[in-house]
Amino acid sequence: MNIHQPMYGLIAEFDSAERVVEAARKTREAGYIRIDALSPFALPELDEALHLPKNRVPLIFLIGGICGGLFGFFMQVYSCVYSYPINVGGRPLYSWPTFIPITFELTILSAGLCGAFGMLILNGLPQHYHPLFNAPQFDLASQNKFFLLIESSDSKFQLDQTREFLGSLEPVSVSEVPR
Amino acid sequence: MSAQSSEIAVSRGSPVLAAGHDYSTVTDKIASVVLNQKSGLPWQFAFAIALLLVMILTTAVSYLFLRGVGIWGVDIPVAWGFAIINFVWWIGIGHAGTFISAMLYLMRQDWRTSINRFAEAMTLFAVACAGMFPLLHLGRPWEFFWLLPYPNTMWLWPQFRSPLVWDVFAVSTYGTISLVFWYVGLIPDLATLRDKAKPSIARKLYGWFALGWRGSARHWQRYQIAYLLLAGLAAPLVVSVHSVVGMDFAAAQLPGWHSTIFPPYFVAGAIFSGFAMVLTLAIPLRWAYGLQDFITIRHLENCAKLMLVTGLVVAYGYAAEAFYGWLSGNEFDMYMNVNRGLGNYRVTYWVLIFCNVISPQFLWFQFVRRSVFLLFILSLIVQLGMWMERFVIIVTSLQRDFLPSSWGMYYPTLWDYATLFGTVGFFALCFLIFVRILPAISISEMRELVHKEAA
Repeated sequence: MNIHQPMYGLIAEFDSAERVVEAARKTREAGYIRIDALSPFALPELDEALHLPKNRVPLIFLIGGICGGLFGFFMQVYSCVYSYPINVGGRPLYSWPTFIPITFELTILSAGLCGAFGMLILNGLPQHYHPLFNAPQFDLASQNKFFLLIESSDSKFQLDQTREFLGSLEPVSVSEVPR
Repeated sequence: MSAQSSEIAVSRGSPVLAAGHDYSTVTDKIASVVLNQKSGLPWQFAFAIALLLVMILTTAVSYLFLRGVGIWGVDIPVAWGFAIINFVWWIGIGHAGTFISAMLYLMRQDWRTSINRFAEAMTLFAVACAGMFPLLHLGRPWEFFWLLPYPNTMWLWPQFRSPLVWDVFAVSTYGTISLVFWYVGLIPDLATLRDKAKPSIARKLYGWFALGWRGSARHWQRYQIAYLLLAGLAAPLVVSVHSVVGMDFAAAQLPGWHSTIFPPYFVAGAIFSGFAMVLTLAIPLRWAYGLQDFITIRHLENCAKLMLVTGLVVAYGYAAEAFYGWLSGNEFDMYMNVNRGLGNYRVTYWVLIFCNVISPQFLWFQFVRRSVFLLFILSLIVQLGMWMERFVIIVTSLQRDFLPSSWGMYYPTLWDYATLFGTVGFFALCFLIFVRILPAISISEMRELVHKEAA
């Protein structure tokens, strides 16, 4: 109901990791769905507090690895058995053990590249503009402060009530995030 | 609300992180090396020397392109010479970076946090130096892409059954994955620099490379699992790359090369020389920028312990090589042993024994492991020793193989030395630039460490 809000949301600033995790849990329990926590280092406790779903990054790694491995193996089979067979003293053309090192390397290469880029794409990066960058003090999110965001598009979002709610979580400050 | 200030996490002091650090002090301290501190006279002096060596390198390489590999000392029977010695030496040095960043991460070793970033950078630069040599050694380096499988009008393929072709894949995969791993680790720190930098051009550049990172919990969740899996992928790479380099030798029939012990013994040697290089770089780095709170004596001591362990494995490798050469009863293998210790190149062999077998034994003593000066000297000795090891393996086996009529000698030329020291300069130059433009210690992981230690 608040899709057309002129602002992106409300943001609360915290000093400690424990506080932001606690605040995230309370916010989620209060029924807000479109929320996010911003921290200067990884805080696995937030996954649970925010009810984050399991992500698909490992699957991308797996698929990338399988594709790279199959490509590597069959490229060598095609080259050595079909396209350019060389008879060396009657040794078998399909000498699969000698294909393993390159198969292994291409499995790792493909899994790593797919996984790293897949992670970035799932995260929506690169995204050089984001409304959060307009928030006051937000440059501290990459240094020493923790933030909790409630987006204005949340169905429960009411500017005054939500501001009051965030204030009740004892943050350092609460501010509006312009769009 | 002001009650919160007492809740700010402060480290309580531990062997891997000094007391009294909170999120802002670690951030400011590490970022200031890049953003605020002047480069300083030692840095400028080192930079000038490195630049000079790079100019020597470009001269040597230009002359090589003009005249061909004949300017080097390589000839028949010793056709591999400095190029392959230097290749194996550099790629070995690179191994500690990935070992620290991947294996120690999987084993949850806290002490890796403050040394992984510059060790990974060291890996990248060492791989870049290593990669130059096989290409320069090609004879026709402009045809380097013939090494890769690609559709071509000659209807030819690389020989996939050859360890030399495996090497192309192993080294290029290693370089690529190390770069990706390093960059992924850098993203949150680039965001920190973006938010802290004052000049607009620096903000823009850091911002561009930070990809718009904002530290969202959703991003961190995917990021952490991707980082873990990249570490899991890089760990077997550490073992595979130098194993394949070992197979380059083991697959040949020469006495002293044709040995199944090569892959594991090469991997141990690689980690040995890599940790020596970590110490060579960490000791001046922590001194020049006052990072003793983060790179503590414990870090140096742990590197020294790993150097001792891998050094013992390497010593076992030498013993096993000599023993099996004797046990084989094979005339040529037995002669290889004699030739190494008493032949034309005996000096290199005994220098190698001194540097790699005797000198690491000092690391049994705690006062040596905790003495910054002694560790620095030992780390240089080990690197010299590991270079000598490759010299002994390559040259002594090639110069005296089976038929006395095809024996010969190898004399490196001035251009060989110019290229070797040129790459040392290139490596140093890359590293010096790196410490001035990127955080040499992972800031986000240091904050995590503060959080963990304060709890």
